Amino acid sequence: MKPSTSLIYDGTFHGLLTCVYTAFEEKLLVYNILPPGIPQTDMFAENIEVFTDEVKAKRVWLGFQKYATQRGQNSIYYAYLSELPKIELDILRYFQHTFNCKTSVDGDFANVHVLKIAQTAKKVGREKHRMEAFVRFQLTKDNIYFSNIEPDFNVLPIIEKHFTSRYSDQQWIIYDLKRKFGLYYDLEKARVIHINFSKNLSSSEEKELLFDTTEIKFQQLWKKYFEATTIKSRINTRLHHQHVPKRYWKYLSEKNPLHN
Amino acid sequence: MMFERIKEKLEILADAAKYDVSCSSSGSKRTNKNKGLGNSDGMGICHSYTQDGRCVSLLKILLTNHCIFDCAYCVTRRSNDIKRAAFKVQEVVDLTINFYRRNYIEGLFLSSGIFKDADFTMERLIRVAKKLRLEENFNGYIHLKSIPGASDELMREAGLYADRLSVNIEIPTISGLKKLAPEKNHSDFIKPMNKVKNEIIQYNSEKKLIKSTPKYAPAGQSTQMIVGASGESDREIMLSANYYYKNYNMKRVYYSGYVPISNDPRLPSLGSQVPMLRENRLYQTDWLMRFYGFEVNELLNQQFPNLDVEVDPKLSWALRNQHQFPVDVNIAEKEMLLRIPGVGLKSAHKILQARRFRKLNYDHLKAIGVALNRARYFIICDSRGWETRDLGPAKIKSLILRNSVGKFRKEYSSQLSLF
Repeated sequence: MKPSTSLIYDGTFHGLLTCVYTAFEEKLLVYNILPPGIPQTDMFAENIEVFTDEVKAKRVWLGFQKYATQRGQNSIYYAYLSELPKIELDILRYFQHTFNCKTSVDGDFANVHVLKIAQTAKKVGREKHRMEAFVRFQLTKDNIYFSNIEPDFNVLPIIEKHFTSRYSDQQWIIYDLKRKFGLYYDLEKARVIHINFSKNLSSSEEKELLFDTTEIKFQQLWKKYFEATTIKSRINTRLHHQHVPKRYWKYLSEKNPLHN
Repeated sequence: MMFERIKEKLEILADAAKYDVSCSSSGSKRTNKNKGLGNSDGMGICHSYTQDGRCVSLLKILLTNHCIFDCAYCVTRRSNDIKRAAFKVQEVVDLTINFYRRNYIEGLFLSSGIFKDADFTMERLIRVAKKLRLEENFNGYIHLKSIPGASDELMREAGLYADRLSVNIEIPTISGLKKLAPEKNHSDFIKPMNKVKNEIIQYNSEKKLIKSTPKYAPAGQSTQMIVGASGESDREIMLSANYYYKNYNMKRVYYSGYVPISNDPRLPSLGSQVPMLRENRLYQTDWLMRFYGFEVNELLNQQFPNLDVEVDPKLSWALRNQHQFPVDVNIAEKEMLLRIPGVGLKSAHKILQARRFRKLNYDHLKAIGVALNRARYFIICDSRGWETRDLGPAKIKSLILRNSVGKFRKEYSSQLSLF
């Protein structure tokens, strides 16, 4: 029997698919799949670095598509975007289970890996939906609607479509501060950008330089609206926090204590 | 824009509109065409939540809070001494567009006090919607109020620009309406509702033949009833709701616990509590009717005119109908799975899929998301330790209450001590 192996990949989706290919091709007993920068914990496992290969990745995906439903395919991609530790292994097991059964397994919720993938995909889907809700654009002097986000999961690739079809007549930028990349829509299509925030964006002088003069007024109007629409005799702080978790507050202008 | 003046108006007119609980922005598909603004894909988005936990999805305001009527339950009633204000059509349009572009909202919810007469008011509401659609190329969501008594021609036009139209019936019984809003006529509420219903049917059938038929109120109609203002039973409320679902193809009926706003002797006095638990139970019943295949008289009838406050309506039904249980989750039909307390729509769906692969046991069910603390008394599965004791309804109820927590529990804890 072969000793158990750890695969190390470059963190891309195609890289992960190449890992799946490698595991099958070399009949490896995979114990872990790790993105770069995560220290290996098991001293006895053999480490193999997998180099992303588009052709191999494509073969795996096409083979998977033969059996998997659209929902199953989405779940795998969403689960990958979660970036949760060890999720790669669940993804590998999902592929193995599918290829063993030679049918779609996305309803096999009594299998721990399938359930885990379904639940993780659900979490990522929720975060996607939250970002579609909680992005707050601010109009800059260059007539670009700008927004910062720090989502729990890497949802930028899956919210692109929503924003391009909704705001197709305005330029906008959504920037993921955590993962240090953003999307810029230039009225034609959205593309990936990287910005060096050299200055302190939150200082009021910077804001004055950067944003349109009416911007702060609209934020104040929105906050006023938000306050007026609350029914005081029904206040339920727990429910409020449940729906709008505190970690998102700093980007929500209606929760900003400075706008009055 | 005159920001200071607008801010003042916004405060008054949003405050007056907040008692309308409907804030859904779903159920309407409007795709962005010719690089316009906005796109609705049928899924609603709550952009924020107020401190009372309600969703903020639309800019919900009144066009004006001047009103010729004097309905006892309403804050904007003629005799109430409050600040009055009115938006200009263009102001509402500008606010909506600027909020929408910043991703604050899904669209506009526009209601109004009735000034001059019904048609005059309705015409103004339509003008806002028309301007948004035609001049601003706006594809976001628009919810307009149908003003009771508005003419058929206006209602026809309103549906061409709005996604949803709603008339709030407010008081579930005709006798209650007579008491609290003597100037209003029940038939005035029904008239626009009926017109919109017929237009929707007609447009939908034309759409089948001619694809270019314009959309008419694609998200349908909704209405709202105040709970706990005029002393009606849960049965009366739900029968009334059922009537509107069946006869007017309502997409939603909303239940709004009465928030005391005046010293009128006909109504609960100012300090009294908002009946939130009751509101919650009514919504649960509403869901059981719409999604779980329950008939209203199974849940509420002559014998049981009010819902049980301690347990949810499905559990309450199951306790009264123990002869239908236990259900074997590995073979039962979907209809019956949905009737098991502790099994929701999602879990039922997951059970149906997962059991094709293997027989399910308690652990599987738990991982899937079934609330076993309630379900265990009503099911058989692929585990040995199912409930074999012959427990009566009262015993099961007390076991469930003892082994669970409820957010409203403290409100009726005095009753609990009886057990």
